[in-house]
Amino acid sequence: MDLAGIIAVQIGYTVASLALISAGLAVIFGMMRVINLAHGEFLMLGAYAVVVSTKAGINFWVSMLVIAPLFVGIVGVIVERFIVRFLYGRMMDTLIATWGLSLLFIGIITTIFGNATESVVSPLGSFEIGEFAESQYRLFIIFIGVLVIGVIFAVLRYSRAGLIARGTMQNADMAAALGISPQRVYTITFGVGAALTGLAGAALAPVTGLLPTMGAAFIAKAFITVIGGGEAIVTGTSTASALFGTVNQVTTFLSTPVMGDVALLIAAVILLRLLPQGITGRFFRRWL
Amino acid sequence: MALRIGIDAQGLSVGRLTPALTGPLALVVAVALVIGILPLVVSDIFILLQLTLFMAYGILAMSLGWVWGYGGIFSFGQAAFYGLGGYTYAVVSINMGGSTAALFAGVAVPALFALFLGYFMFYGRISTVYVAVITLVVSLIFYKFLGHTAGYEYTIGTAHLGGFNGMPALPPINTPGDPMRMIWPEDMFLITGICLLLVYVGLRLLMWSSFGRAVAAVRENEIRAELLGYDTRLYKMATFGVGGAVAGLAGVLYANWNSYVSPTVFDLGFSAQIIIWVVVGGLGTLVGPLVGAMILGFVTIELGTQQTVDVNLILGVILVLFVLAVPEGVTAQVRNLYARLVERVPGQGGA
Repeated sequence: MDLAGIIAVQIGYTVASLALISAGLAVIFGMMRVINLAHGEFLMLGAYAVVVSTKAGINFWVSMLVIAPLFVGIVGVIVERFIVRFLYGRMMDTLIATWGLSLLFIGIITTIFGNATESVVSPLGSFEIGEFAESQYRLFIIFIGVLVIGVIFAVLRYSRAGLIARGTMQNADMAAALGISPQRVYTITFGVGAALTGLAGAALAPVTGLLPTMGAAFIAKAFITVIGGGEAIVTGTSTASALFGTVNQVTTFLSTPVMGDVALLIAAVILLRLLPQGITGRFFRRWL
Repeated sequence: MALRIGIDAQGLSVGRLTPALTGPLALVVAVALVIGILPLVVSDIFILLQLTLFMAYGILAMSLGWVWGYGGIFSFGQAAFYGLGGYTYAVVSINMGGSTAALFAGVAVPALFALFLGYFMFYGRISTVYVAVITLVVSLIFYKFLGHTAGYEYTIGTAHLGGFNGMPALPPINTPGDPMRMIWPEDMFLITGICLLLVYVGLRLLMWSSFGRAVAAVRENEIRAELLGYDTRLYKMATFGVGGAVAGLAGVLYANWNSYVSPTVFDLGFSAQIIIWVVVGGLGTLVGPLVGAMILGFVTIELGTQQTVDVNLILGVILVLFVLAVPEGVTAQVRNLYARLVERVPGQGGA
């Protein structure tokens, strides 16, 4: 029973962290169809923002929840303004340019911090289920994962800004005719996606080793989650995270973490073969 | 995309010695001469070794030039076939002692795997972008899995896969019929050079064949090609398979050059480098990727010798600038410049 409880927490944690790292990408790729291969580096920048600001004496929670998203969001806006803007509609070129960008970010961070592991100490203790101990921080990740997905849904579904964003993605010309600047909507959407990614990177900073190249570990997972989810970004990302996270954690439990990752990737390849449009291409089609 | 004009016009002029044919022919002769003479002139083994590596990279770049530039299939996982070729060569050569069989296996296994993956993707009608992501994921699976094989249960025959430590001390290719003859670096340089020429000529001929033109048709307009009666899925699968074989050959040559393979051949950064070579050299041409691989291989190594700036930083800047400013790549620029110069010369214009 205790074992079942602890496994449930671990599965929830894996699912939530998948959803977290994919949320920003779901906004950028799912809404704007921009393949941002620098996504992993946005995560990395978020994590480093936490390191720098906690070292400067700022409270951990403030640096994670405020400074990191703000910083990466600004980076996102700059990237959209100076690079991505010129490449809308040229999917492959965007893909290559953002890959260049990711190398650039890795290069800059390596030059500043060196190729060494940094770390942030998790501020929370542990709790016990029967004879097993588990870190409270994992519960926090589950909480924040659910929160992020919930907020994205609420904003898109109920707020005026969300309505404008969805409308612009559906038909930019019509939105422009109604007096909205699509350019601005794109910039803001990209910035919001980047900020969410920064938040995810910051939230995961205490549980992963921080390296300039850490982004590569996340990028493939994030992409297959978003693509496996399909058209409807909120439903798609959450169902795909649930599916892949469970596959990953169960395999990890039965064998090793590396095999868990391999199982996740194989599951994704098979899913895409069966459902080329992703989960929401077949199920929950009218959902958001 | 506008990048791809120019190939088909060449294909139409087979048979006569038109500029379209003289260009590649002159190139082959020139490169053959350079490869033949260089080992006699250059006494510095280090330079020859360096060039051998760049030529292996060049073959790899051409495989992506074929699959992506000519076939229109964006493969993020060319490194997967390259690495698979290297690993197959390693396993077979360790089991059989150095032999040419390992070379053939190192080409055949990635080719078959590419056909299998191609069947999976193209018969599933997965769209271009998702093909990119699946190929990326596949090379990642290899990377993770082979990094995980340090335990002794991961042994094929007498070959131990070795996890992140890789497989050292691979026996080199040897002469068929005379296995005791040593292969010197000069020989390796020649072998790699000959492979490079063969791959170039082979792919060029393939582009000019009716198969090659059908591949171009599928790239330009898949629906139209299908309505004309071509099974586009089959053509794409075959294109992908050829690309896999060529990349596998590059991997075999690399494993020979290094006498060592490790999971880093499946690294995402390496996959990205191949794409950079093609983009910088010129998408849609065959020489372009080759030139790109040579230039950037050289630049990367030169940059590696200095400590002030990180290599990734510079590669990243190069890539972003090229996509924004020179999307056609170096070779198209040179060709345009040449065309403009020729037009200026009186009497030769308008030919």
